Order: sequence, then structure tokens, then C-alpha cells
Amino acid sequence: MIQTDILIIGAGPVGLFTVFEAGLVKLKCHIIDALPQTGGQCSEIYPKKPIYDIPAYPSIMAGELTDRLMEQIKPFSPGFTLGERAETIEKDDEGQFIITTSHGTKHRAPIIAIAAGLGCFEPRKPPVEGLADFENKGVEYIIKDPEFYRGKKVVISGGGDSALDWTNFLADGVASEVTLVHRRPSFRGHPDSVQKVMDLAQAGKINLLTNGEVVGISGNGAVQSVEVKHKSEGMISLETDHWIPLFGLSPKLGPIGEWNLNIKKNAIEVDTFDYSTNVPGIYAIGDINTYPGKLKLILCGFHEATLMVQSAYKRIYPDKNLVLKYTTVTGVPGM
Amino acid sequence: MENTIKVIVIDRNDERHEIEAPTDMNMNMMELCKSYELPVEGTCGGMAMCASCHMYVLSAHDLPERSDDEEDMLDEAFNVEDNSRLGCQIRLEDSLNDIEVKLAPVG
Repeated sequence: MIQTDILIIGAGPVGLFTVFEAGLVKLKCHIIDALPQTGGQCSEIYPKKPIYDIPAYPSIMAGELTDRLMEQIKPFSPGFTLGERAETIEKDDEGQFIITTSHGTKHRAPIIAIAAGLGCFEPRKPPVEGLADFENKGVEYIIKDPEFYRGKKVVISGGGDSALDWTNFLADGVASEVTLVHRRPSFRGHPDSVQKVMDLAQAGKINLLTNGEVVGISGNGAVQSVEVKHKSEGMISLETDHWIPLFGLSPKLGPIGEWNLNIKKNAIEVDTFDYSTNVPGIYAIGDINTYPGKLKLILCGFHEATLMVQSAYKRIYPDKNLVLKYTTVTGVPGM
Repeated sequence: MENTIKVIVIDRNDERHEIEAPTDMNMNMMELCKSYELPVEGTCGGMAMCASCHMYVLSAHDLPERSDDEEDMLDEAFNVEDNSRLGCQIRLEDSLNDIEVKLAPVG
């Protein structure tokens, strides 16, 4: 069991900055994030995009903002549980929260700070009828172990790097037959991977089906074939053991929506006094929260994190007086 | 009204919304839909880095070609047709008066 003072859900900029503010009042933090890396949207969606409204940075790349926040919080040695989704929450006899992740990792803390942005990133699922019935029965959104596909017929959908890379990998003596289906003749992936796929198609080692989209699945308990709608050739049926749709990730509110918090339009309602939710001890900060006048800006999230930590401190130490100390006076450990 | 155009948005229930759109506020179709509380996510905020504002342009308006970024993101959308666009890449301009779009199914 991982024990901490403030358990933060979401390793985006607001979650990371919470560690700094908590560190100033000597509260320990641990962060859970469903993505394998820190930075949230900043690293997952737009690492190379410049942001212009971070005070004192006329322009900073989203990826660099993440790196700098990581540097800023290093003195406070936060813990991380990455690549695991916060799944369930319960309260123990001592009034502490226990959060268990998708991998079964348990965390315990008196304070929860939900800084989950738009939710957790999950594979984007094609709107194909009956898709859910075939999940893990031939339909997989993530390739965990390529050996699973040895000797099998595989259809991959998508036009990005993961679709190209896995096509190349599985075609190299792993799967018995690989078909790549993509909506247009050009690919957005790395030029080397694109060339390799084109070469394999030329050599007849994979089936490359462009201008097509998988629109149907059939099978008796497990996938037996997929239907491809082709721009010029109409419907094509492909016999296959697996269909792997690789259409990137998109954020979903996920299990947090089931935690008995007041939710309004996919956001958690908070009191702007301290960004507390309707459940005492649980706070929501950054893009995940909503209140009258809310703006989804990183800089507003930083403010919310700062006030939230003050309130959390008073909850943990109700008898102690917290006096605001400026970092210019006290400094920061290790600086 | 000056600097205002009429935009027709057909939602996912085939309901037709005739809305007024300002052309002097540097707005795009995704932002317009959100401001009228039409069900468009616009997850990335308009950077053409998600595909949650996918829509079909039904009228014959002359729009700028899709950029590479837009094409790339449409690869992550579903039910992509020849008239598919990302709403965030359609800038509201006077020439788009009476433009008609239909929201693509949620993917």
C-alpha cells in the first residue's frame, strides 16, 4: 500500500504543480496517471506546440513546460504510479481514502486531488456494430504481446505510426497474414515506416487496402471476418482471426464519473473557496472541474492547485495555523 | 447584420439549427458550435490535434483545402467522407454565409 498526504490523479501540468505547492507546506504527494509518461495532454496531444500564456514565458513548448515542472517538483520527491488508471475509491476506518488502480495497486491518503484534465486517455473505438461483443475475442486496441498473433490472420486499421509499425513487425514472420486497411493512399507516419509498408505490399508480403474502412465484424463468439467499405470496389469481406483498430487515444472521464461526485457536463462541480467537491477530502482542480466563470487554462489550474493545498493542509492539521511564507524568504529545498 | 453570417448545423439527431455567427471574432466552426452548446467536443481546443470536431460540409461553399495536419487527424476519425472537415479548421468568414454542416457521429 502506497501512503501519502495528497494523492493526485493526473500528471498533467496542474497535477505536477500541486506537488510543488504541497511541498512548500511539507505535504507529500503521489501521482497516478493512466498514461505511461507525465505531462498529460501536454505530452500526449501537443508536446511540440508553443503555449503563450504561461506567465514569464513569452512562448514555451508544451513538452518543455512538462519537463520544467518535473524539475521544479524534484526537490519534493513525489511518487508516481504511471500507466495505471485510478479505478475505485473507498474510505477506511480512519477516514482515509484508498484508491485502487486498473493494475490493482493500492494507494492511501487523507486527501485526493483530482487533476485529471479531460479524463484518462483510452483507445479510440470505431463505431462498428457489435464491437463490444468482440473485444478480447479477436478485437484488440493495444498490442501487449506480439506473440499472441503468431500464425494468425490479422487485420490492422489506421494510418499512424502504431498501425505502420505493427504491420511491419507482425508481417516479419509473426502473423500468417497481415492486412492493413487505411482510409486514404497516404500515411502520416514516419517516412521510413511508410516506405517499409509500401515495400512489403509490393513484395506481396502484406495486403494493403487503402481507400477503405472497416465497417462491420462477424463471427460466432470470436472474430471470423471483417467487412471493409471500399471507395471504388464496394464491400469487401476479409477472413481474419484478429482486428486491431489503431486510431490513437482520446480522453474519457472514465471511472471518476462513478465516484459519487457532482458531475455537470463531464466536469466535477467544485466550491471556488478551495476547489473542494461535494465529498469532503476530495478536491478537483484544472480542466476537470467546473464552477461559474470557469476557464480551462493551465494558469488558472495553477491558482486552483495553490488554494486547494492550503485547504488540504487545514484538513490534515486542523489545529495548526498555516502562515503564508514566500519562497523568496524561505527558499525551496535543494535550490 | 454586419459581420454576421447565417450558419446551418444539423446535429446527430438530424435536428436543424440555424444560427448566427460573427465573422469579426476570429472564430471557427468548432468554437461556434460549442458557443451554441451544440454537442461538439473540441478536445484539443482547435489545434487540429484531435478529431472530435469532425463534421460534413453539405453546402457547396468554397473552402480552403485540408492541410496535412487536418488530413492526419481525419485518419483518427471514423466515417470519413469526401466532404469531411475538422470544424476547428473552418474559419468563419463572410464568404461562408448560409454554409450548412452536419455533425459526424461520435467516434
